[in-house]
Amino acid sequence: MKLTEPEVRAIADLANLHLSDQEIARMAKDLDEILTHIDKLNELDTSDVEPMAQVLFDAGETATLRPDVVGATLDNATALANASQSGAGQFKVPKVIER
Amino acid sequence: MDVRNLTISTIREGLAAKRFSATELTQDALSFAAAENPKTNAFLAFSPERALAAAGRVDDKLARGEDPGALAGVPVSVKDVIVTKGLTTTCGSKILETFIPPYDATAVERLEAAGGIILGKANCDEFAMGSSNENSAYGPVRNPVALDRVPGGSSGGPAATVAQGTSVVALGSDTGGSIRQPASFCGVVGVTPTYGRVSRYGLVAFASSLDHIGPFARNVEDAATLLQTIAGRDAMDSTSAFAPVPDYGPAMRKDVKGFRIGLPKEYFAGLANETRDQIEKGIDLLRQSGCETVEISLPHTEYAIACYYIVCTAEASANLARYDGVRYTMRSAQAKTLSEMYKLTRGEGFGAEVKRRIMLGTYVLSAGYYDAYYLKAQRVRALIARDFSRAFEQVDALIAPVSPFPAFRLGEKLDDPLEMYLSDIYTITGSLAGIPCMSVPCGTTGAGLPVGVQILARHFDEPGMFRLAAAFERSGGFQV
Repeated sequence: MKLTEPEVRAIADLANLHLSDQEIARMAKDLDEILTHIDKLNELDTSDVEPMAQVLFDAGETATLRPDVVGATLDNATALANASQSGAGQFKVPKVIER
Repeated sequence: MDVRNLTISTIREGLAAKRFSATELTQDALSFAAAENPKTNAFLAFSPERALAAAGRVDDKLARGEDPGALAGVPVSVKDVIVTKGLTTTCGSKILETFIPPYDATAVERLEAAGGIILGKANCDEFAMGSSNENSAYGPVRNPVALDRVPGGSSGGPAATVAQGTSVVALGSDTGGSIRQPASFCGVVGVTPTYGRVSRYGLVAFASSLDHIGPFARNVEDAATLLQTIAGRDAMDSTSAFAPVPDYGPAMRKDVKGFRIGLPKEYFAGLANETRDQIEKGIDLLRQSGCETVEISLPHTEYAIACYYIVCTAEASANLARYDGVRYTMRSAQAKTLSEMYKLTRGEGFGAEVKRRIMLGTYVLSAGYYDAYYLKAQRVRALIARDFSRAFEQVDALIAPVSPFPAFRLGEKLDDPLEMYLSDIYTITGSLAGIPCMSVPCGTTGAGLPVGVQILARHFDEPGMFRLAAAFERSGGFQV
Protein backbone atom coordinates (compact mmCIF):
# COMPACT_ATOMS: atom_id res chain seq x y z
CA MET A 1 0.00 0.00 0.00
CA LYS A 2 1.20 3.49 -0.86
CA LEU A 3 -0.67 5.04 2.04
CA THR A 4 -1.28 3.58 5.48
CA GLU A 5 -4.48 4.36 7.35
CA PRO A 6 -2.69 6.72 9.78
CA GLU A 7 -1.32 8.61 6.74
CA VAL A 8 -4.82 8.85 5.28
CA ARG A 9 -6.03 10.25 8.61
CA ALA A 10 -3.23 12.85 8.55
CA ILE A 11 -4.23 13.97 5.04
CA ALA A 12 -7.89 14.20 6.08
CA ASP A 13 -6.74 16.38 8.96
CA LEU A 14 -4.84 18.67 6.57
CA ALA A 15 -7.97 18.87 4.41
CA ASN A 16 -10.18 19.67 7.44
CA LEU A 17 -12.33 16.71 6.50
CA HIS A 18 -13.96 14.32 8.96
CA LEU A 19 -14.00 10.76 7.64
CA SER A 20 -15.55 7.74 9.37
CA ASP A 21 -13.42 4.63 9.99
CA GLN A 22 -15.19 2.98 7.08
CA GLU A 23 -14.45 5.94 4.82
CA ILE A 24 -10.77 5.90 5.87
CA ALA A 25 -10.40 2.25 4.87
CA ARG A 26 -12.14 2.77 1.54
CA MET A 27 -10.12 5.96 0.89
CA ALA A 28 -6.83 4.13 1.50
CA LYS A 29 -7.78 1.53 -1.12
CA ASP A 30 -9.03 4.06 -3.70
CA LEU A 31 -6.07 6.42 -3.30
CA ASP A 32 -3.70 3.47 -3.58
CA GLU A 33 -5.15 2.47 -6.97
CA ILE A 34 -5.13 6.02 -8.28
CA LEU A 35 -1.58 6.79 -7.04
CA THR A 36 -0.35 3.55 -8.60
CA HIS A 37 -1.75 4.71 -11.94
CA ILE A 38 -0.23 8.16 -11.42
CA ASP A 39 3.24 6.58 -11.04
CA LYS A 40 3.13 6.24 -14.80
CA LEU A 41 4.31 9.84 -15.07
CA ASN A 42 7.73 8.77 -13.82
CA GLU A 43 8.33 7.04 -17.15
CA LEU A 44 8.77 10.51 -18.66
CA ASP A 45 11.93 12.60 -18.40
CA THR A 46 10.62 16.14 -17.95
CA SER A 47 13.79 17.77 -16.64
CA ASP A 48 13.94 20.27 -19.52
CA VAL A 49 10.20 20.99 -19.75
CA GLU A 50 8.75 24.21 -18.33
CA PRO A 51 5.73 23.54 -16.09
CA MET A 52 2.42 24.69 -17.56
CA ALA A 53 0.31 26.30 -14.85
CA GLN A 54 -2.24 27.98 -17.07
CA VAL A 55 -3.42 28.20 -20.67
CA LEU A 56 -2.04 31.50 -21.90
CA PHE A 57 -3.25 33.86 -24.57
CA ASP A 58 -1.60 36.92 -26.11
CA ALA A 59 -2.15 40.10 -24.10
CA GLY A 60 -0.12 43.03 -22.88
CA GLU A 61 1.54 42.57 -19.50
CA THR A 62 -0.91 44.80 -17.67
CA ALA A 63 -3.90 44.25 -19.95
CA THR A 64 -5.83 42.31 -17.33
CA LEU A 65 -5.48 45.04 -14.71
CA ARG A 66 -8.33 47.48 -14.27
CA PRO A 67 -8.10 51.10 -13.07
CA ASP A 68 -7.92 51.26 -9.26
CA VAL A 69 -11.41 52.71 -8.83
CA VAL A 70 -13.95 51.68 -6.23
CA GLY A 71 -16.81 49.79 -7.85
CA ALA A 72 -20.01 48.18 -6.64
CA THR A 73 -19.67 45.56 -3.89
CA LEU A 74 -22.11 43.45 -1.91
CA ASP A 75 -23.72 45.23 1.02
CA ASN A 76 -23.39 43.75 4.50
CA ALA A 77 -26.83 42.12 4.65
CA THR A 78 -26.40 40.49 1.23
CA ALA A 79 -22.97 39.17 2.12
CA LEU A 80 -24.34 37.61 5.30
CA ALA A 81 -27.52 36.24 3.73
CA ASN A 82 -26.11 32.74 3.19
CA ALA A 83 -24.29 32.46 6.52
CA SER A 84 -25.38 29.57 8.73
CA GLN A 85 -25.12 31.91 11.74
CA SER A 86 -24.71 35.67 11.81
CA GLY A 87 -25.34 38.54 14.18
CA ALA A 88 -24.46 42.22 14.62
CA GLY A 89 -23.37 42.37 10.98
CA GLN A 90 -20.81 39.59 11.45
CA PHE A 91 -20.37 35.90 10.66
CA LYS A 92 -20.68 33.91 13.89
CA VAL A 93 -18.34 31.01 14.58
CA PRO A 94 -17.62 28.89 17.67
CA LYS A 95 -15.30 30.49 20.22
CA VAL A 96 -11.69 30.36 18.99
CA ILE A 97 -9.73 31.52 22.05
CA GLU A 98 -10.17 29.54 25.28
CA ARG A 99 -9.81 31.41 28.58
CA MET B 1 -47.11 23.74 -29.88
CA ASP B 2 -44.54 20.93 -29.77
CA VAL B 3 -41.63 22.44 -27.89
CA ARG B 4 -39.46 19.37 -28.52
CA ASN B 5 -38.61 20.29 -32.11
CA LEU B 6 -37.99 24.00 -31.70
CA THR B 7 -34.69 25.58 -32.64
CA ILE B 8 -33.41 29.12 -32.15
CA SER B 9 -34.27 29.98 -35.74
CA THR B 10 -37.79 28.45 -35.73
CA ILE B 11 -38.51 30.38 -32.52
CA ARG B 12 -37.25 33.58 -34.15
CA GLU B 13 -39.51 32.97 -37.18
CA GLY B 14 -42.50 32.03 -35.01
CA LEU B 15 -42.17 35.20 -32.93
CA ALA B 16 -41.72 37.40 -36.01
CA ALA B 17 -44.78 35.85 -37.71
CA LYS B 18 -46.75 36.21 -34.43
CA ARG B 19 -47.58 32.49 -34.46
CA PHE B 20 -46.90 32.56 -30.72
CA SER B 21 -45.66 35.06 -28.16
CA ALA B 22 -42.60 34.51 -25.98
CA THR B 23 -44.94 34.29 -22.99
CA GLU B 24 -47.08 31.55 -24.61
CA LEU B 25 -43.98 29.64 -25.62
CA THR B 26 -42.51 29.94 -22.12
CA GLN B 27 -45.75 28.74 -20.50
CA ASP B 28 -45.87 25.73 -22.83
CA ALA B 29 -42.18 24.97 -22.29
CA LEU B 30 -42.52 25.20 -18.50
CA SER B 31 -45.55 22.89 -18.35
CA PHE B 32 -43.98 20.39 -20.76
CA ALA B 33 -40.73 20.36 -18.77
CA ALA B 34 -42.56 19.94 -15.45
CA ALA B 35 -44.56 17.02 -16.86
CA GLU B 36 -41.57 15.26 -18.46
CA ASN B 37 -38.94 15.90 -15.79
CA PRO B 38 -39.87 13.04 -13.41
CA LYS B 39 -38.69 10.57 -16.10
CA THR B 40 -35.11 11.86 -16.03
CA ASN B 41 -34.61 14.10 -12.95
CA ALA B 42 -32.70 16.45 -15.27
CA PHE B 43 -34.02 19.68 -13.76
CA LEU B 44 -33.39 20.25 -10.04
CA ALA B 45 -35.59 23.34 -9.87
CA PHE B 46 -37.77 25.44 -12.14
CA SER B 47 -37.82 29.23 -12.20
CA PRO B 48 -41.24 30.12 -13.67
CA GLU B 49 -41.34 33.68 -12.32
CA ARG B 50 -37.98 34.59 -13.72
CA ALA B 51 -38.76 32.84 -17.03
CA LEU B 52 -42.10 34.59 -17.49
CA ALA B 53 -40.59 37.97 -16.58
CA ALA B 54 -37.90 37.43 -19.22
CA ALA B 55 -40.53 36.36 -21.76
CA GLY B 56 -42.56 39.47 -20.96
CA ARG B 57 -39.54 41.65 -21.73
CA VAL B 58 -39.13 39.90 -25.10
CA ASP B 59 -42.81 40.42 -25.95
CA ASP B 60 -42.58 44.09 -24.94
CA LYS B 61 -39.60 44.60 -27.24
CA LEU B 62 -41.40 42.88 -30.10
CA ALA B 63 -44.48 45.04 -29.53
CA ARG B 64 -42.31 48.16 -29.71
CA GLY B 65 -40.63 46.90 -32.88
CA GLU B 66 -37.23 46.55 -31.18
CA ASP B 67 -34.69 43.75 -31.75
CA PRO B 68 -35.50 41.20 -29.01
CA GLY B 69 -32.01 39.63 -29.16
CA ALA B 70 -30.32 36.58 -30.69
CA LEU B 71 -31.86 34.19 -28.14
CA ALA B 72 -35.29 35.80 -27.94
CA GLY B 73 -37.80 33.44 -26.36
CA VAL B 74 -35.40 30.47 -26.35
CA PRO B 75 -35.95 28.08 -23.39
CA VAL B 76 -32.64 27.36 -21.63
CA SER B 77 -31.55 25.13 -18.77
CA VAL B 78 -28.52 26.15 -16.71
CA LYS B 79 -26.25 23.66 -14.96
CA ASP B 80 -26.48 24.08 -11.22
CA VAL B 81 -22.79 24.97 -10.83
CA ILE B 82 -23.46 28.31 -12.58
CA VAL B 83 -24.78 30.95 -10.22
CA THR B 84 -28.13 32.64 -10.74
CA LYS B 85 -29.12 35.63 -8.60
CA GLY B 86 -31.97 34.74 -6.28
CA LEU B 87 -32.21 31.15 -7.59
CA THR B 88 -30.88 28.36 -5.39
CA THR B 89 -27.58 27.02 -6.76
CA THR B 90 -26.65 23.70 -5.13
CA CYS B 91 -23.79 22.41 -7.30
CA GLY B 92 -25.45 19.03 -6.81
CA SER B 93 -24.13 19.11 -3.23
CA LYS B 94 -25.77 18.87 0.15
CA ILE B 95 -23.31 21.46 1.47
CA LEU B 96 -24.97 24.14 -0.72
CA GLU B 97 -28.56 22.90 -0.35
CA THR B 98 -29.96 26.35 0.44
CA PHE B 99 -27.35 28.61 -1.18
CA ILE B 100 -28.99 31.57 -2.93
CA PRO B 101 -26.37 33.48 -4.93
CA PRO B 102 -26.36 37.28 -4.70
CA TYR B 103 -25.28 37.72 -8.34
CA ASP B 104 -25.57 36.25 -11.84
CA ALA B 105 -22.76 34.56 -13.73
CA THR B 106 -21.61 36.65 -16.71
CA ALA B 107 -22.77 33.92 -19.14
CA VAL B 108 -26.23 33.99 -17.52
CA GLU B 109 -26.38 37.78 -17.68
CA ARG B 110 -25.41 37.77 -21.37
CA LEU B 111 -27.85 35.08 -22.38
CA GLU B 112 -30.72 36.82 -20.62
CA ALA B 113 -29.73 40.16 -22.13
CA ALA B 114 -30.07 38.45 -25.54
CA GLY B 115 -33.63 37.38 -24.72
CA GLY B 116 -32.90 33.82 -23.51
CA ILE B 117 -35.42 32.32 -21.07
CA ILE B 118 -34.01 30.38 -18.11
CA LEU B 119 -36.54 27.65 -17.26
CA GLY B 120 -34.59 26.29 -14.32
CA LYS B 121 -31.42 24.75 -12.94
CA ALA B 122 -30.13 21.44 -14.24
CA ASN B 123 -28.78 18.50 -12.24
CA CYS B 124 -25.10 17.54 -12.32
CA ASP B 125 -22.44 15.55 -10.51
CA GLU B 126 -21.54 17.17 -7.20
CA PHE B 127 -19.27 20.17 -7.91
CA ALA B 128 -19.01 18.84 -11.50
CA MET B 129 -16.96 15.85 -10.36
CA GLY B 130 -18.03 12.71 -12.18
CA SER B 131 -18.67 11.10 -15.55
CA SER B 132 -22.16 9.67 -15.04
CA ASN B 133 -24.22 12.20 -13.07
CA GLU B 134 -24.57 9.57 -10.34
CA ASN B 135 -22.64 11.76 -7.88
CA SER B 136 -25.48 14.26 -7.39
CA ALA B 137 -26.79 14.62 -3.84
CA TYR B 138 -30.23 15.04 -5.44
CA GLY B 139 -30.34 11.71 -7.25
CA PRO B 140 -28.97 10.57 -10.60
CA VAL B 141 -30.19 11.76 -13.99
CA ARG B 142 -31.54 9.16 -16.40
CA ASN B 143 -30.62 9.25 -20.07
CA PRO B 144 -33.75 10.28 -22.02
CA VAL B 145 -32.69 8.02 -24.91
CA ALA B 146 -32.54 4.92 -22.65
CA LEU B 147 -33.89 5.46 -19.15
CA ASP B 148 -31.88 2.62 -17.57
CA ARG B 149 -28.64 4.33 -18.63
CA VAL B 150 -26.64 7.29 -17.39
CA PRO B 151 -26.68 10.56 -19.36
CA GLY B 152 -22.94 11.00 -18.81
CA GLY B 153 -21.43 13.64 -16.58
CA SER B 154 -20.84 15.88 -15.07
CA SER B 155 -23.29 18.02 -17.13
CA GLY B 156 -25.79 15.14 -17.36
CA GLY B 157 -28.76 17.36 -16.48
CA PRO B 158 -28.25 20.04 -19.16
CA ALA B 159 -27.50 17.39 -21.83
CA ALA B 160 -30.62 15.44 -20.86
CA THR B 161 -32.92 18.51 -21.01
CA VAL B 162 -31.79 19.23 -24.57
CA ALA B 163 -32.13 15.57 -25.63
CA GLN B 164 -35.51 15.25 -23.91
CA GLY B 165 -36.81 18.45 -25.48
CA THR B 166 -37.44 20.16 -22.15
CA SER B 167 -35.04 22.94 -23.16
CA VAL B 168 -33.86 24.06 -26.59
CA VAL B 169 -30.30 24.87 -25.53
CA ALA B 170 -28.41 24.62 -22.23
CA LEU B 171 -25.39 25.97 -20.42
CA GLY B 172 -23.00 23.35 -19.08
CA SER B 173 -19.48 23.33 -17.75
CA ASP B 174 -16.51 21.23 -18.80
CA THR B 175 -13.32 20.58 -16.84
CA GLY B 176 -12.19 17.28 -18.36
CA GLY B 177 -15.03 16.33 -20.68
CA SER B 178 -18.15 17.26 -18.72
CA ILE B 179 -19.90 18.81 -21.73
CA ARG B 180 -18.65 16.59 -24.59
CA GLN B 181 -19.16 13.19 -22.93
CA PRO B 182 -22.80 13.75 -21.85
CA ALA B 183 -23.50 15.33 -25.28
CA SER B 184 -22.25 12.12 -26.90
CA PHE B 185 -24.23 9.87 -24.50
CA CYS B 186 -27.47 11.81 -25.10
CA GLY B 187 -27.08 12.41 -28.84
CA VAL B 188 -26.82 16.21 -28.80
CA VAL B 189 -24.18 18.83 -29.70
CA GLY B 190 -21.87 19.95 -26.89
CA VAL B 191 -19.12 22.57 -27.14
CA THR B 192 -16.09 23.17 -24.93
CA PRO B 193 -14.77 26.50 -26.21
CA THR B 194 -11.14 27.63 -26.03
CA TYR B 195 -10.05 28.20 -22.42
CA GLY B 196 -10.76 31.89 -21.71
CA ARG B 197 -13.28 32.28 -24.55
CA VAL B 198 -16.21 32.44 -22.08
CA SER B 199 -15.94 34.21 -18.74
CA ARG B 200 -15.86 31.89 -15.72
CA TYR B 201 -17.29 34.61 -13.48
CA GLY B 202 -20.09 32.91 -11.58
CA LEU B 203 -19.03 29.38 -12.50
CA VAL B 204 -18.46 27.76 -9.09
CA ALA B 205 -14.76 26.90 -9.20
CA PHE B 206 -13.67 23.25 -9.41
CA ALA B 207 -10.28 23.37 -11.20
CA SER B 208 -9.71 26.96 -12.27
CA SER B 209 -7.06 26.33 -14.94
CA LEU B 210 -9.36 23.79 -16.64
CA ASP B 211 -12.93 25.02 -16.06
CA HIS B 212 -15.00 26.16 -19.05
CA ILE B 213 -18.63 27.18 -19.60
CA GLY B 214 -20.10 25.98 -22.89
CA PRO B 215 -23.33 25.30 -24.79
CA PHE B 216 -25.50 22.26 -25.51
CA ALA B 217 -27.90 22.27 -28.46
CA ARG B 218 -29.67 19.96 -30.90
CA ASN B 219 -27.85 21.39 -33.93
CA VAL B 220 -24.53 23.08 -34.67
CA GLU B 221 -26.04 26.47 -35.52
CA ASP B 222 -27.83 26.77 -32.16
CA ALA B 223 -24.67 25.82 -30.26
CA ALA B 224 -22.70 28.44 -32.20
CA THR B 225 -25.37 31.11 -31.59
CA LEU B 226 -25.37 30.46 -27.84
CA LEU B 227 -21.57 30.53 -27.71
CA GLN B 228 -21.51 33.74 -29.76
CA THR B 229 -23.83 35.33 -27.19
CA ILE B 230 -21.87 34.40 -24.06
CA ALA B 231 -18.28 34.63 -25.38
CA GLY B 232 -15.86 37.52 -25.04
CA ARG B 233 -13.74 39.44 -22.60
CA ASP B 234 -15.18 40.08 -19.15
CA ALA B 235 -13.43 42.33 -16.67
CA MET B 236 -14.74 40.08 -13.86
CA ASP B 237 -12.55 37.15 -15.04
CA SER B 238 -8.89 38.02 -15.54
CA THR B 239 -8.38 34.77 -17.49
CA SER B 240 -11.04 35.64 -20.05
CA ALA B 241 -9.44 36.36 -23.42
CA PHE B 242 -9.30 39.68 -25.25
CA ALA B 243 -9.51 38.07 -28.70
CA PRO B 244 -12.55 39.47 -30.56
CA VAL B 245 -15.44 37.03 -31.01
CA PRO B 246 -15.90 36.45 -34.75
CA ASP B 247 -19.30 35.91 -36.37
CA TYR B 248 -19.55 32.12 -36.57
CA GLY B 249 -22.25 32.24 -39.28
CA PRO B 250 -20.10 32.61 -42.44
CA ALA B 251 -17.73 29.78 -41.43
CA MET B 252 -20.66 27.41 -40.98
CA ARG B 253 -21.83 28.01 -44.54
CA LYS B 254 -18.44 27.18 -46.11
CA ASP B 255 -17.74 23.78 -47.62
CA VAL B 256 -14.84 21.64 -46.40
CA LYS B 257 -13.08 20.78 -49.68
CA GLY B 258 -9.37 20.42 -48.99
CA PHE B 259 -9.85 20.70 -45.21
CA ARG B 260 -7.07 18.68 -43.58
CA ILE B 261 -8.14 16.39 -40.75
CA GLY B 262 -5.77 14.57 -38.43
CA LEU B 263 -6.74 11.20 -36.98
CA PRO B 264 -4.73 10.66 -33.77
CA LYS B 265 -3.79 6.98 -33.84
CA GLU B 266 -3.64 6.74 -30.03
CA TYR B 267 -7.38 7.49 -29.87
CA PHE B 268 -8.58 4.52 -31.87
CA ALA B 269 -7.00 1.68 -29.89
CA GLY B 270 -9.37 1.03 -27.00
CA LEU B 271 -12.80 1.61 -28.55
CA ALA B 272 -15.91 -0.53 -28.26
CA ASN B 273 -16.56 -2.09 -31.70
CA GLU B 274 -19.77 -0.27 -32.46
CA THR B 275 -18.29 3.06 -31.36
CA ARG B 276 -15.34 2.52 -33.71
CA ASP B 277 -17.67 1.55 -36.58
CA GLN B 278 -19.74 4.70 -36.16
CA ILE B 279 -16.70 7.00 -35.97
CA GLU B 280 -15.25 5.38 -39.09
CA LYS B 281 -18.52 5.89 -40.96
CA GLY B 282 -18.41 9.53 -39.89
CA ILE B 283 -14.83 9.92 -41.13
CA ASP B 284 -15.79 8.36 -44.49
CA LEU B 285 -18.57 10.89 -44.82
CA LEU B 286 -16.11 13.74 -44.20
CA ARG B 287 -13.82 12.31 -46.90
CA GLN B 288 -16.78 12.27 -49.30
CA SER B 289 -17.35 15.94 -48.43
CA GLY B 290 -13.84 16.71 -49.66
CA CYS B 291 -11.75 16.51 -46.47
CA GLU B 292 -8.27 15.00 -46.59
CA THR B 293 -7.41 12.74 -43.68
CA VAL B 294 -3.97 11.92 -42.33
CA GLU B 295 -2.97 9.74 -39.42
CA ILE B 296 -1.09 11.71 -36.80
CA SER B 297 0.35 10.92 -33.38
CA LEU B 298 -0.23 12.57 -30.00
CA PRO B 299 2.47 10.59 -28.21
CA HIS B 300 1.76 11.70 -24.63
CA THR B 301 -1.91 10.70 -24.64
CA GLU B 302 -1.35 7.76 -22.30
CA TYR B 303 -0.13 10.14 -19.57
CA ALA B 304 -3.14 12.45 -19.72
CA ILE B 305 -5.32 10.78 -17.07
CA ALA B 306 -2.54 10.73 -14.49
CA CYS B 307 -1.64 14.34 -15.28
CA TYR B 308 -5.26 15.51 -15.16
CA TYR B 309 -6.15 13.83 -11.88
CA ILE B 310 -3.20 15.54 -10.19
CA VAL B 311 -3.86 19.01 -11.62
CA CYS B 312 -7.64 18.96 -11.17
CA THR B 313 -7.65 17.50 -7.67
CA ALA B 314 -4.92 19.88 -6.49
CA GLU B 315 -6.92 22.85 -7.73
CA ALA B 316 -10.15 21.38 -6.35
CA SER B 317 -8.72 20.87 -2.88
CA ALA B 318 -7.79 24.54 -2.79
CA ASN B 319 -11.04 25.81 -4.35
CA LEU B 320 -13.28 23.73 -2.09
CA ALA B 321 -11.54 24.91 1.08
CA ARG B 322 -14.04 27.79 1.10
CA TYR B 323 -16.89 25.48 2.19
CA ASP B 324 -16.14 25.81 5.86
CA GLY B 325 -19.57 26.14 7.49
CA VAL B 326 -19.22 29.90 7.88
CA ARG B 327 -20.23 31.75 4.73
CA TYR B 328 -22.26 29.30 2.67
CA THR B 329 -25.32 27.68 4.20
CA MET B 330 -25.03 24.45 6.16
CA ARG B 331 -23.04 23.91 9.36
CA SER B 332 -22.83 20.65 11.27
CA ALA B 333 -25.11 20.65 14.30
CA GLN B 334 -22.60 18.43 16.15
CA ALA B 335 -19.70 20.91 16.08
CA LYS B 336 -18.58 22.51 19.35
CA THR B 337 -15.17 23.95 18.42
CA LEU B 338 -14.00 25.83 15.33
CA SER B 339 -11.94 22.88 14.14
CA GLU B 340 -14.88 20.49 14.60
CA MET B 341 -17.09 22.93 12.72
CA TYR B 342 -14.81 22.75 9.65
CA LYS B 343 -14.28 19.01 9.76
CA LEU B 344 -17.80 17.85 10.56
CA THR B 345 -19.50 20.31 8.21
CA ARG B 346 -17.31 19.12 5.35
CA GLY B 347 -17.60 15.47 6.36
CA GLU B 348 -21.41 15.68 6.42
CA GLY B 349 -21.83 18.04 3.47
CA PHE B 350 -19.60 16.48 0.78
CA GLY B 351 -20.27 13.21 -1.07
CA ALA B 352 -17.79 10.36 -1.62
CA GLU B 353 -16.30 11.50 -4.95
CA VAL B 354 -15.74 15.07 -3.76
CA LYS B 355 -14.03 13.75 -0.62
CA ARG B 356 -11.84 11.47 -2.73
CA ARG B 357 -10.69 14.37 -4.90
CA ILE B 358 -10.10 16.71 -1.96
CA MET B 359 -7.99 13.99 -0.34
CA LEU B 360 -5.96 13.26 -3.48
CA GLY B 361 -5.46 16.98 -4.12
CA THR B 362 -4.38 17.64 -0.54
CA TYR B 363 -1.92 14.76 -0.74
CA VAL B 364 -0.28 15.80 -4.03
CA LEU B 365 0.16 19.35 -2.73
CA SER B 366 1.43 18.35 0.70
CA ALA B 367 4.97 19.05 1.88
CA GLY B 368 7.47 16.67 0.32
CA TYR B 369 5.16 15.56 -2.51
CA TYR B 370 4.60 18.84 -4.38
CA ASP B 371 7.52 18.41 -6.79
CA ALA B 372 6.97 14.70 -7.36
CA TYR B 373 3.30 15.08 -8.18
CA TYR B 374 2.03 18.60 -8.85
CA LEU B 375 5.08 20.07 -10.55
CA LYS B 376 5.62 16.85 -12.50
CA ALA B 377 2.01 16.95 -13.72
CA GLN B 378 2.38 20.56 -14.84
CA ARG B 379 5.44 19.58 -16.90
CA VAL B 380 3.56 16.66 -18.46
CA ARG B 381 0.67 19.02 -19.19
CA ALA B 382 3.09 21.14 -21.24
CA LEU B 383 4.10 18.03 -23.23
CA ILE B 384 0.46 17.18 -23.94
CA ALA B 385 -0.21 20.75 -25.10
CA ARG B 386 2.91 20.56 -27.32
CA ASP B 387 1.60 17.36 -28.94
CA PHE B 388 -1.43 19.35 -30.12
CA SER B 389 0.52 22.37 -31.37
CA ARG B 390 2.73 20.05 -33.42
CA ALA B 391 -0.33 18.26 -34.83
CA PHE B 392 -1.89 21.58 -35.84
CA GLU B 393 1.21 22.40 -37.91
CA GLN B 394 0.10 19.58 -40.23
CA VAL B 395 -3.69 19.65 -40.07
CA ASP B 396 -6.64 22.04 -39.64
CA ALA B 397 -8.55 19.98 -37.09
CA LEU B 398 -8.57 16.59 -35.41
CA ILE B 399 -11.32 13.99 -35.41
CA ALA B 400 -11.52 11.57 -32.50
CA PRO B 401 -13.97 9.61 -30.42
CA VAL B 402 -15.51 11.28 -27.35
CA SER B 403 -15.93 8.24 -25.14
CA PRO B 404 -14.61 4.69 -25.60
CA PHE B 405 -18.16 3.34 -25.27
CA PRO B 406 -21.78 4.56 -25.37
CA ALA B 407 -23.93 5.30 -22.29
CA PHE B 408 -23.60 2.60 -19.63
CA ARG B 409 -26.20 1.40 -17.12
CA LEU B 410 -26.78 3.20 -13.84
CA GLY B 411 -24.60 1.69 -11.13
CA GLU B 412 -22.39 -0.19 -13.61
CA LYS B 413 -19.15 1.70 -12.89
CA LEU B 414 -19.94 3.24 -9.54
CA ASP B 415 -17.66 1.03 -7.44
CA ASP B 416 -14.48 1.58 -9.40
CA PRO B 417 -13.38 5.23 -9.40
CA LEU B 418 -10.20 4.55 -11.38
CA GLU B 419 -12.13 2.83 -14.17
CA MET B 420 -14.50 5.80 -14.29
CA TYR B 421 -11.50 8.18 -14.51
CA LEU B 422 -9.91 6.14 -17.31
CA SER B 423 -13.03 6.48 -19.47
CA ASP B 424 -12.36 10.24 -19.74
CA ILE B 425 -9.16 9.73 -21.76
CA TYR B 426 -10.29 11.20 -25.10
CA THR B 427 -11.75 14.39 -23.64
CA ILE B 428 -9.15 15.18 -20.98
CA THR B 429 -6.31 15.85 -23.41
CA GLY B 430 -8.08 18.76 -25.14
CA SER B 431 -9.02 20.23 -21.75
CA LEU B 432 -5.39 20.14 -20.58
CA ALA B 433 -4.28 21.92 -23.78
CA GLY B 434 -7.12 24.48 -23.53
CA ILE B 435 -8.15 24.05 -27.18
CA PRO B 436 -11.74 24.22 -28.46
CA CYS B 437 -13.42 20.84 -28.85
CA MET B 438 -16.94 19.68 -29.46
CA SER B 439 -19.02 16.54 -29.64
CA VAL B 440 -21.48 16.09 -32.48
CA PRO B 441 -23.87 13.15 -32.92
CA CYS B 442 -22.55 10.37 -35.17
CA GLY B 443 -25.38 7.86 -35.43
CA THR B 444 -26.27 5.17 -32.93
CA THR B 445 -25.32 1.63 -31.98
CA GLY B 446 -27.57 -1.29 -32.95
CA ALA B 447 -29.36 -0.86 -29.61
CA GLY B 448 -30.08 2.77 -30.43
CA LEU B 449 -27.50 4.34 -28.10
CA PRO B 450 -26.03 7.61 -29.42
CA VAL B 451 -22.36 7.82 -30.42
CA GLY B 452 -20.60 11.18 -30.54
CA VAL B 453 -17.62 12.20 -32.64
CA GLN B 454 -15.21 14.83 -31.37
CA ILE B 455 -13.75 17.73 -33.32
CA LEU B 456 -10.67 19.43 -31.84
CA ALA B 457 -9.24 22.65 -33.28
CA ARG B 458 -6.51 25.26 -32.68
CA HIS B 459 -6.83 27.81 -29.88
CA PHE B 460 -9.62 30.27 -30.80
CA ASP B 461 -10.41 28.45 -34.04
CA GLU B 462 -14.07 27.95 -33.14
CA PRO B 463 -14.91 29.09 -36.71
CA GLY B 464 -12.93 26.17 -38.18
CA MET B 465 -14.45 23.75 -35.68
CA PHE B 466 -18.01 24.92 -36.44
CA ARG B 467 -17.29 24.87 -40.19
CA LEU B 468 -16.40 21.18 -40.01
CA ALA B 469 -19.27 20.36 -37.63
CA ALA B 470 -21.86 22.14 -39.80
CA ALA B 471 -20.61 20.41 -42.96
CA PHE B 472 -20.81 17.07 -41.14
CA GLU B 473 -24.37 17.83 -40.05
CA ARG B 474 -25.40 18.89 -43.60
CA SER B 475 -24.03 15.68 -45.07
CA GLY B 476 -26.21 13.60 -42.75
CA GLY B 477 -23.46 12.78 -40.26
CA PHE B 478 -25.77 13.00 -37.24
CA GLN B 479 -27.67 9.94 -38.55
CA VAL B 480 -24.74 8.19 -40.26
